[in-house]
Amino acid sequence: MIKMLVVDDERDVEILFSQKFRKEIRNGKVELNFAFNANEALSFLKALNPFDLVVVLSDINMPGMTGLELLKIIKTEYKELRVMIITAYGDEKNYQNAISTGADDFLSKPIDFNLLKEKVMSFLK
Amino acid sequence: MPTIECIYNLILLQLGWSGVTLLIVVIITGGLTFFFSYYNRFGSKSLIEQNLKLEEKSNKLSLQLMEKSIELSKVEETLHSTQDQLIQSEKMASLGQLTAGIAHEIQNPLNFVNNFSELSAELLDELSDSLSNKEKENIINDIKQNLNKIAFHGKRADSIVKGMLQLSRTAPVVKQTTDINKLVEEFFILAYHGMRAKDPGFNCTMEKHLSSNLPEVKIIPQDVSRVILNIFNNSFYSVDERSKIEGKDYRPKVSISTKQLNGNITVTIRDNGKGIAEDLRSKIFDPFFTTKPTGKGTGLGLSISKDIIEKGHNGNIQLDSKTGEYTEFIITLPI
Repeated sequence: MIKMLVVDDERDVEILFSQKFRKEIRNGKVELNFAFNANEALSFLKALNPFDLVVVLSDINMPGMTGLELLKIIKTEYKELRVMIITAYGDEKNYQNAISTGADDFLSKPIDFNLLKEKVMSFLK
Repeated sequence: MPTIECIYNLILLQLGWSGVTLLIVVIITGGLTFFFSYYNRFGSKSLIEQNLKLEEKSNKLSLQLMEKSIELSKVEETLHSTQDQLIQSEKMASLGQLTAGIAHEIQNPLNFVNNFSELSAELLDELSDSLSNKEKENIINDIKQNLNKIAFHGKRADSIVKGMLQLSRTAPVVKQTTDINKLVEEFFILAYHGMRAKDPGFNCTMEKHLSSNLPEVKIIPQDVSRVILNIFNNSFYSVDERSKIEGKDYRPKVSISTKQLNGNITVTIRDNGKGIAEDLRSKIFDPFFTTKPTGKGTGLGLSISKDIIEKGHNGNIQLDSKTGEYTEFIITLPI
């Protein structure tokens, strides 16, 4: 089972992801969690017991702390946790920043859910 | 001189001393009379000449004056059209800053529209598979929800495009009953994304304190939007400048609040940027005054904003600031 945390300030991503992953959720292959800003994501991580989260999928542009700052904190405090960053249409500067900060993978907007599923499922192996 | 002496003696003999005296008086009087009469004639002649000259001069002057005033009205005309062009280009400059932000803002709702419609088609396919009634009901509810989301995000994109078009329109505009909260929220986000589009590294906490029972006001929405946008752009610019100086420890923040107060609505925009020095505060509403480097600001944003609020809406716009701490603009609009 892959436990995932999606971080995005657009609230409707919750409905969107839940429907896109409905089969995987029904089969018990994926569990989705949501945070609508970076601080919420950090408190979610802190409260996790046991720490069974497999991957964080985070947007960059969010009011308050950005996805890149969140990535930096996660990579210092939770070294093993995978982080995927969603970048907006070929934003080279953020992409390079995310690579140097240690992002494990990238997705560009608009999200290709088939590609995302492929990437996520590869974590099962 | 025997002849003169002869005449003299003859006259003296004939007239006697008193006669000679009389003759001298008569000669002097005649001479004087002649002299004065000639002088007068000569004098009036020169007066007429002078009058004629003066008239000529004054005609010449009034002609010159007319020419000058025609010239002046031409200059005034050019000035007006230049002013109009400036106002328009300032409008376009603030719009230009937004374009990338607008693209980003439209992209998000469009993604939702695309995704939710695709999903709904998938869900309809699943519905035709044999499922339990409970499952079917769930799918139908999901589809309904998706349709609502499609409509919601479609309208969201629509209102962004409309706002942009309104802002760029040049035709004279009319006052409309407007929900100020909605307007400031929309342009808060647009200005933010406009800033991010220019500098992807830009980040800023945005706070909203919007009064929940704000009455609607009659305003020219696109004009007031420009004011709000101008101030937001300045705020974001200011926090960005401060953050360049102070680095990571500084947390940029811009907040917006709306309130109803004594028959007025107030919109307050506050940033914790670098502030405005005291000696500059009286100048910031002057046309062409800008503290931004050349090319970054037209210097017209705030002067046009003041005109829009005070002349166009009978409101007022006030400034409060502390150097190195904050800047606050308070817009008051009568209900």
